[in-house]
Amino acid sequence: MRYLSSAPLDTTTLLESIRDPSRGAVVTFVGAVRNHDGGRPVVALEYSAYGPMAEAVCGQIIAEASERWPATVALMHRIGRLVPGDDAVVVAAAASHRDAAFQAARWVIDEVKRRVPIWKREHYADGAADWIIPPEAVAAE
Amino acid sequence: MTSPQSGRISVLLFARYAELLGASSVSIELAPGATIADVVAGVRALPGGDQLPDRPLCARNLAMARLEEVVVPGDELALLPPMAGG
Repeated sequence: MRYLSSAPLDTTTLLESIRDPSRGAVVTFVGAVRNHDGGRPVVALEYSAYGPMAEAVCGQIIAEASERWPATVALMHRIGRLVPGDDAVVVAAAASHRDAAFQAARWVIDEVKRRVPIWKREHYADGAADWIIPPEAVAAE
Repeated sequence: MTSPQSGRISVLLFARYAELLGASSVSIELAPGATIADVVAGVRALPGGDQLPDRPLCARNLAMARLEEVVVPGDELALLPPMAGG
C-alpha cells in the first residue's frame, strides 16, 4: 500500500520525500479526527476503504496535480479505528514558490474527499454510531 | 452450453452497503448482455438490498463506471456508498 496506511501516519518521512533544495515552498495539510460533530461528542472514527481502487485513485490525483501545478505532492490516508486527535490524512506539497504549493495541496485534499473510495463510521460518546455522508454527497445519492 | 458472456459475477460491497446486505460481496447471475444496472437490480433483489439506492455509485475494474455499461464475466464490480474520506 502506497497511499493508505493502517499504521499512524509518519508526516516527517512524507515531508522528507518531497523536500528538495529547489523547492522553497512546502505546504502541509493534516486532517485530524475531531472530538465533536454537529454538536455531538465523538469518541472514534472507523475508516474503511476499497483498497485497490483507493490506491489507484490517489495515484491519479497525484499525477493530475503534477500536471496542473509545478509542484510535487505526497499523500497518505489512514485506515482503521482512530480516536480524536489522530491524523487521518496528510497532504504535503512542495514547489519553487508558495502559490503552486498552496493551490496543489488544497486541490488534492478536495479531490481525495470527492473521489477516493474511503468511508467512515462515527462513534459517539452515547454509544451510537453513524456512517458519515458528506452533505455534498447527499444530493448525488 | 452456456454463452461465454453468461455466468455469475461477484459484486463487492462496502461500508453501509455491506452492512445492509450483511456481506462484503454477493454473487449475481449474469445474463448475456447484462449491464451494470441489471447487476444492481439483482443486488437490490437480495434480502436487505431494497435499501440500496436505485442508482448507486459503481466501479468496474477499479474505475467509476456508468450503469449503462455492459458487464462481462471477470469484471470486478463494486457498489460504492457516498465517499467520505479525509
